[in-house]
Amino acid sequence: MNIKNKIKITVNGKQMQIMPKFSLKSLITKLKMPLNKIAIELNKKIIDKKRISKIKLKKGDKIEIVHFIGGG
Amino acid sequence: MIDKKFKIANKIFKSRLIVGTGKYKSFSECAKAIKTSGADIVTVAVRRVNISNKNKPRLMDYIDPKKITYLPNTAGCFTAEDAIRTLRLAREIGGWKLVKLEVLGDKRNLFPEMIETLRSTELLTKEGFKVMVYCNDDPLMAKRLENAGAVAIMPLAAPIGSGLGIQNKVNIKIIRKQTKLPLIIDAGLGQASDASIAMELGCDGVLINTAIAKAKKPIQMAEAMKLAVISGRKSFLSGRISPNLFGSASTTNKGII
Repeated sequence: MNIKNKIKITVNGKQMQIMPKFSLKSLITKLKMPLNKIAIELNKKIIDKKRISKIKLKKGDKIEIVHFIGGG
Repeated sequence: MIDKKFKIANKIFKSRLIVGTGKYKSFSECAKAIKTSGADIVTVAVRRVNISNKNKPRLMDYIDPKKITYLPNTAGCFTAEDAIRTLRLAREIGGWKLVKLEVLGDKRNLFPEMIETLRSTELLTKEGFKVMVYCNDDPLMAKRLENAGAVAIMPLAAPIGSGLGIQNKVNIKIIRKQTKLPLIIDAGLGQASDASIAMELGCDGVLINTAIAKAKKPIQMAEAMKLAVISGRKSFLSGRISPNLFGSASTTNKGII
């Protein structure tokens, strides 16, 4: 596929380019995120982690990946 | 000594000291302090993963959530919507329902925004969360939180991270009298004696972060806090003497030469 066909998405506030029909699972795998230690939001909706292989990312999608950090 | 169990939302905890996990030099120091403190609940925050540095250490690699209860907080939230979004995400990470609600109203003094806090408590409770609520030391507001379904009332001693100790003992005593919910002093303690005072006022527990994490020797301070909480609780249960204006000799005059 031509590189020009790549689509832009935003992950944790940073722009990324991915191939069309890239799944959310592929993105998590590419980023090497341990699924049991994160939560994912797609366009402000929380995503059931069991369903991520079925979700295809679209142009302009905004993804938030969060985890626990130290806090009081 | 017989003491009632420290129970929050029907779950029994061993330690009355809850420890925050922020502000430590490293996760390993944090983990050591928690172990030394004996705490079985720790507060944690929800933040974005650093996607550009995937090898950055993670809190969960150092503190095992299967051994220690994670209490997700809403630090940095200023509205009910922010708080609910954050706690829904926390729940999604691993099914946590017991949460610490903290809705702030001012970036400088970090006082809780109580109108939003009350609204958040109602909404989160309806969603099935068990909400431990960081609040100001206002007995009326504490009552409203209780009526809204809070599982623990957590008034501040003083501003978060200030180390000033309990500023309004009278209000804490009034809240103690009016509620059977766990009463936990959250924020503002500075040294071990502050923790003892909280326990002597009849509080069920204390939540400490900065006073341990930013002490010159955090691990040693963690131990001091552990002992202070135990000591303060025992003192409370032992029934102190009435304070008197005048002296009362410890030695009898009988048989004096």
